[in-house]
Amino acid sequence: MSTQVLSEKTAVRRRSARTWAITALGPATMLAGVVWAFVQPWRITLLHSTGQGFWWLFVEPPLLVVLAGIVFAVLVAPGVIEDLEAYEDDR
Amino acid sequence: MQPPAELVHWMFATGFVVLGLCLLAEGIVGPEVWRVRAWRAYLWPGLVFAMGVLMWPVMVFFTNSTIHMVAHSSWAQVLMLAGGAELGLVRGKLHSPYWRLTMPFALLVSGTAFLVHEQNSWFFARSAFLHHVIGWTLIVSAIFPLVSFIRPRSAIWRSGFALTVILLAVLLYCDRDVAPIFGHLSPLAGEPHR
Repeated sequence: MSTQVLSEKTAVRRRSARTWAITALGPATMLAGVVWAFVQPWRITLLHSTGQGFWWLFVEPPLLVVLAGIVFAVLVAPGVIEDLEAYEDDR
Repeated sequence: MQPPAELVHWMFATGFVVLGLCLLAEGIVGPEVWRVRAWRAYLWPGLVFAMGVLMWPVMVFFTNSTIHMVAHSSWAQVLMLAGGAELGLVRGKLHSPYWRLTMPFALLVSGTAFLVHEQNSWFFARSAFLHHVIGWTLIVSAIFPLVSFIRPRSAIWRSGFALTVILLAVLLYCDRDVAPIFGHLSPLAGEPHR
């Protein structure tokens, strides 16, 4: 009986606050970029692209913030979470 | 083909966002977890070093005065110094922990360069205001890596440094060309636009 309870506890792992924090960093950054785009839509030159040069169409600050969040969430966060959970299991 | 100056600020701001996220993640999980994978240990020091290297073309192509050139080259040098020192420590080529003092030194030099090369007062225009704010922010925030050097296990000071980097990114994103700040714009600054 106790073995069963133990295995159930292991199966339903509780994520620590640190794990949640790392998970939230990327999406929070993306959300910040999206909110910024709604607050200052004129910072996205693509929305009024007529007569704009290459650089004004290439560098869109709110979209760059979203991109930074995506890069972190996809490339960095998963590995950090995996290593953090392994570290917390070992303790 | 040369980008306007404010766009260069925004591209560097994006680099600082990624840098701040990495530093914040390291502050949250601690160095022992962050450095489990070797590539991750090199990530933010490498990013700092790369931004230092990229600052040199900025120094060359955006030289509208000698003092601007000196300021940009000082940022390039201290970014490369701090990034290079951290890379050396991670790689094991450098052994003395005192190399970590290059980061507060870089912040002090960068902040001073911001303040010295801004010749106008706080409310002259948006860029003048931001130069003053960024300069003082960098000088005051040098306390974070300095205390982290003394108390390396303190997550609060590490996270404080990370948040400073993100604040720096926000301030750089605020940079636009001739634009008023809080409704103030010197008549000498030029026509406000964007």
